[in-house]
Amino acid sequence: MATVIQTENLAVSFDGVTPVFEGLTLAIEKGEFVSLVGVSGAGKSTLLRVIADLIPAFKGSVRVDTPNDPTRRAIAMVFQAANLMPWRSVEDNITLGLEGIDVSDRLKKERVRWTLDLVGLGAYADRWPYQLSGGQQQRIGIARALAVDPDILLMDEPFGSLDAITRNALQDELLQIWKETGKSILFVTHDIEEAVYLGDRVLLLGGEPAHIINEYSIGIERAERRESEAFLRKVEKVRGGLQHAINATPSAH
Amino acid sequence: MKPGKRYLLSAAGLAGFLLLWEGIAQSGWFEAHLLPPPSTLPATLLSEIRLGIWQDMVWASLRHYSIGFVIGSVLGVTLGVSVALFPKVEASQAWLARIFRPIPPLAWIPFAIIWFGISETAAAFIISIGIFWINYFTAMTAVLAVDKDLIEVARAFGHRSMFALLRKVIMPGAAPGILSGIRTGLGQGWMTVVAAELFGIPGIGQRMIEASGLLASEVVVLYMFSIAFLYGVSDYIFVRIQSKVLEWQR
Repeated sequence: MATVIQTENLAVSFDGVTPVFEGLTLAIEKGEFVSLVGVSGAGKSTLLRVIADLIPAFKGSVRVDTPNDPTRRAIAMVFQAANLMPWRSVEDNITLGLEGIDVSDRLKKERVRWTLDLVGLGAYADRWPYQLSGGQQQRIGIARALAVDPDILLMDEPFGSLDAITRNALQDELLQIWKETGKSILFVTHDIEEAVYLGDRVLLLGGEPAHIINEYSIGIERAERRESEAFLRKVEKVRGGLQHAINATPSAH
Repeated sequence: MKPGKRYLLSAAGLAGFLLLWEGIAQSGWFEAHLLPPPSTLPATLLSEIRLGIWQDMVWASLRHYSIGFVIGSVLGVTLGVSVALFPKVEASQAWLARIFRPIPPLAWIPFAIIWFGISETAAAFIISIGIFWINYFTAMTAVLAVDKDLIEVARAFGHRSMFALLRKVIMPGAAPGILSGIRTGLGQGWMTVVAAELFGIPGIGQRMIEASGLLASEVVVLYMFSIAFLYGVSDYIFVRIQSKVLEWQR
């Protein structure tokens, strides 16, 4: 398998002195679904932003290795709040990432149609964001990311603010989309069940300064994940690891 | 309250006011020129129109007003946006703005006349000053208030240059604030236009001073209402445009 994201001894610092995390090395393979959990303040969201080149690395390196295609973007991000542009219609929000890359109007229309159907909101192209519920807005946030047909999806607690029912539905939709499209996904969450339910692997970020302190391979068929014995055991195991990491981090109390 | 009832009450309020005014004016308690009855207004308007004065004065004032409004708004929004975007621009004008902003537009009248004479330019200059500061301040505040998360979204989706960010996020995000500043300036402009003309620059203000000198107070009242009318029309047109531009707001 090809590695699509590789970080080597990565550190980020906002003040140029204290690192948020340090010596962070990880690799994500093509088509993999990786969950990232961790002690709060360890820099989960920050890590996504360095990979997306939104903030600079302080030390170390990030390598993103994807085929160069002018009609696509290598990376797309889904944010915790949907953060749709309120002055753009649903359709125009979805095309945000297509502006500035080499996509014809026809292909643009196709991508809008395809992504809206993927997230089940085919009839909503002309709505304004304020006319959508929170869950629908988050679906459009996902559609906006998928529209650039990225190799890598970075997701920053995308379902964190949704009610349990919407959240479960969107988790299953995301798995479905992932299977259909074969994207590589790095998914940040503070919800351990969600991390274990979605990921092929779960990475645990902790320590001071933070780095990847543990990694759990899930290895349970996804169809059998919700509520199965093996699933619950895995969740407990990751939870134990996280609790241990929190206990070992004075600033996380 | 139902809209229909509200309408009715508002109309009744106005009618009551006019009746009371007419009654007091007709009662003979005051000399006619101290309080001209509203019933004289239609005839006054007709006579001013027939003499061609009303059109001339309104047209002249509209000209001063429009030039001052456009110049003040464009410069105010431009500087306000620049100040919000570039810390160096902000710093270099911070003390200047502190000194000049509190000076009322009318305090510039002497210099307007020294520099431009009793001319249209002088009137437009005075009008533009008040409008400039309103737009400067609201545009700056509006840009600073643009949601930082949306800027991050735009960057994440490839819009990274200052120009792209301005176009995709900052200007649309600041538009509600900027437009409300322009609307405030629209009203402020009518206030200064009259004052600027009191010094003899042809227009509504000059005609009012002229009429009051002749004790033709019904003419003064006529032009007072003409200003209210012009303001009403311009504000109505602006609000229509504004709600079209901002239809994405709930």
